[in-house]
Amino acid sequence: MLNKRDINLFVVLMMLVGLVAGCAAPVSAPAGEAGPSQPAAGEVTIDVLTFTGPQIAEPLQRRGAEFTERTGIKVNVTVVPFSDLYQKILTDLATGTNAFDVYVFAPQWMVDYVEPGYLEPLTDRVAGNAELQWDDIAPFFRDFSASYKGEIYTIPLDGDFQMVYYRTDVLDELGMEPPQTWEDYLAIAEAAHGMDMNGDGEGDYGSCISKKRAAQAYWMISSIASAYLQSQGTAQGGFFDLDTFKPLYGDNEGFRKALEVYKATTQFGPPEELNLDVGDTRGLWTAGRCALSIDWGDIGTLAIAEGSQVKDKTGAVILPGSTEVLDRATGKLVPCDANTCPHAVDGINHAPFAAFGGWSGAINAASDDATKDAAFNYLAYVSAPEQSNVDVTIGATGFNPYRISQFENLDLWIQAGMSEEAANLYLGAIKASLNSPNMVLDLRVPQNQRYQQVVLDTAISQFLAGELSLDETVKAVESGWEEITEELGRDAQRAAYLASLGVTR
Amino acid sequence: MATTVKSSITSNQNLSSAPRSRAGASDRVTRALFIWPAVIILLFFSIFPLIVSLWLSFSRLRFTRGGVEIINVGWANYRKILLGSEQPRILGVMSQPSVEGWIFFAIIVVALIYLMVQYIRNERVTPIGFILRLALNLFLAALAWLAVSTISPGGRPGALIVTFLYVFVGIALQYLIGLGLALLTAQQLPGRRFFRVVFLLPMMITPVGVAFMFRMLTDTVVGPFSPVWKAIGLGGTSWVNNPWGARAAVIIGDVWQWTPFMFIILLAAIEAQQVEPVEAAIVDGANSWQIFRYITLPAILPVSSALVLIRMIEGFKIIDLPNVLTNGGPGTATESLTLSAFVFWRTLDIGGSAAVAYILLIVVTIVSVAFVNLVRRRFSEVA
Repeated sequence: MLNKRDINLFVVLMMLVGLVAGCAAPVSAPAGEAGPSQPAAGEVTIDVLTFTGPQIAEPLQRRGAEFTERTGIKVNVTVVPFSDLYQKILTDLATGTNAFDVYVFAPQWMVDYVEPGYLEPLTDRVAGNAELQWDDIAPFFRDFSASYKGEIYTIPLDGDFQMVYYRTDVLDELGMEPPQTWEDYLAIAEAAHGMDMNGDGEGDYGSCISKKRAAQAYWMISSIASAYLQSQGTAQGGFFDLDTFKPLYGDNEGFRKALEVYKATTQFGPPEELNLDVGDTRGLWTAGRCALSIDWGDIGTLAIAEGSQVKDKTGAVILPGSTEVLDRATGKLVPCDANTCPHAVDGINHAPFAAFGGWSGAINAASDDATKDAAFNYLAYVSAPEQSNVDVTIGATGFNPYRISQFENLDLWIQAGMSEEAANLYLGAIKASLNSPNMVLDLRVPQNQRYQQVVLDTAISQFLAGELSLDETVKAVESGWEEITEELGRDAQRAAYLASLGVTR
Repeated sequence: MATTVKSSITSNQNLSSAPRSRAGASDRVTRALFIWPAVIILLFFSIFPLIVSLWLSFSRLRFTRGGVEIINVGWANYRKILLGSEQPRILGVMSQPSVEGWIFFAIIVVALIYLMVQYIRNERVTPIGFILRLALNLFLAALAWLAVSTISPGGRPGALIVTFLYVFVGIALQYLIGLGLALLTAQQLPGRRFFRVVFLLPMMITPVGVAFMFRMLTDTVVGPFSPVWKAIGLGGTSWVNNPWGARAAVIIGDVWQWTPFMFIILLAAIEAQQVEPVEAAIVDGANSWQIFRYITLPAILPVSSALVLIRMIEGFKIIDLPNVLTNGGPGTATESLTLSAFVFWRTLDIGGSAAVAYILLIVVTIVSVAFVNLVRRRFSEVA
């Protein structure tokens, strides 16, 4: 016979069983529903992860809605701050969460996602898709930004080069030419600083460069340093010595000179410059408050957007160069001549920096086949000339030209509101960069994000804030990069770097 | 519970031994069934993460084909933070202290020696207690030395000292302003109810919202105060470009947000104090300062010390304000320990992040224990 305690025990056990069953039920139900069967086309949803825009996310959402109308496939775009994007993608893939089917990110991070097999190879799909017009994409973006070890992994949506923008009216007023060297840049910035450039009666700034930490600012130093560090052509590499894999961002006169130039630009910048992200400097530019800026292609199209005060006053030029370049054997700067600067123009070594490489879309290898197909069709739709040739002319999209048709077709830009002169200057600067035999490829070795977004970004921002001296900065970057190289293996990193440079246009 | 069990056993004494042991076993199982869910939840949510993060702080994560590899690296993460490449960022760069620095350090050391002597003279000294007390004082002296030598010209405070600055300067200001406002609204003044509500508002706003608001306010170019900056001839300067200016901005934001918390609790404490001693003091001819100093202050001291302790533990974890306001910049000037840990984590250095978090845990524990032992008990005694 059951006594009181046994009844108690029984009740408690029943409650526990009920609790466990209650917890387990909702978990098991959808698992059974999901099953191995493929969802029908109408039920497919594509989850996209990219960064907090509004640029990049805006066209992805807008084109996503159009894609849904066309195919019935839903597109959800999720955004995270830029500084979180790399690890959000990696953790989503590595932990098997797989909450997203499409990642739109910096192609230079690709190596960390491709090596563990997280991304879907797209070579066959690209070959079988006519809408995409793959051959219209400029070879650099096809072969470098989109591919890894001969296989295509991303669909380019954007083309990225850093350039220098200048105010044509301000330079005319000063009687100065667009900057050819970084000394010219500083001279113009100094002369223009304090001039009223937008007619509001207030002094404006000689140079506006985004210098915010943990934002999209850490490429700027490379845009300056490259002119001193790489002179023998793309295959020479602008970040590491090819023989020893010792950082060029270290104890040599070239990197020191670049740091000096970069810090000097701050004198002619807005007071908040160290806290400005690229969106902020672009805002200052379109408000007519800056004479010079370093940026990707975005300023060119934002200058013709509604509300801009610098329409037809914005000129662009290939990144300034240097008349002296680094002799890697001695660590000293040597004057340019036929041997030291074989690609120099008028004695000036230009090393245009393909910073970032352009936002590109990749597909999660763990998604089911129907979703992968849908995701590919979505990316192809966004990248197809019909859509992208419009999007690249709109400043707010953050998309810059990357297709041959976009470079060749001047009407596209004139229709969008650029004057012929402005369009020629803008496309001319991008083409000059793209066609330069001395173009500097962005760093693409395993964990490049740690080299650039962690060590370089932190040291440079400390240097600009006056927390580190020039010597301490050089030491911090060099020792920080060496620490990562030692940890990951020098030979493996060197091999990866050589491989990335081997793939040229 | 124990008595119930005992009495039920007594009442069942006439039962045979077999059912009794069965009943005992069933009792034990019932007890276990009631207790274990709570224990498991506690273990799972509190102790398990603590142990795992300790383990992670000795390891490094590597993403490999098909998963994550966790490699044991021994003390490497701690070495990197305390002695290696991250030392300037976390501990700071030390230099020869200035004269003021030496004076400050001497005052701290004298105070610690005085407390040690007091302890030996007044309290029952056990060997373990003595060693713990000595270790605590040495730790506090070392911390004071780190603060003095990194804040001196030529030095640079790291995240640890910056966190202490946020905590101590911030809480001191919050307490003083909160106390002032509480004393003010405790008076029979017109509109005091309205102001009581208004003073509470900042606490209701999410910290990220506060940070964004201060980001706008501190912007001297396009912020709402830009005409003011221009009018006083500071239009071309920015205080968030300067490390100390940026730290001040964070402290001001923190003070704005958390003063209401101090205010509301202190107000309650002031209003709860007994009226009779105050009335007696008035009859005896005491002025308002004397009433505050000898009656109100001792009455609110126990509440104050608890309040400061709560804010201190909370304050050590500050992250939202510096993260949104300055991204930890300029450079790493406004980075707190929690923000450093977050930055490590964001860059997938999970081991480094766990190590920073553990250092923070140790520091918070030691400082809180020190506070309770050295300050709170004395306050309670005074009260």
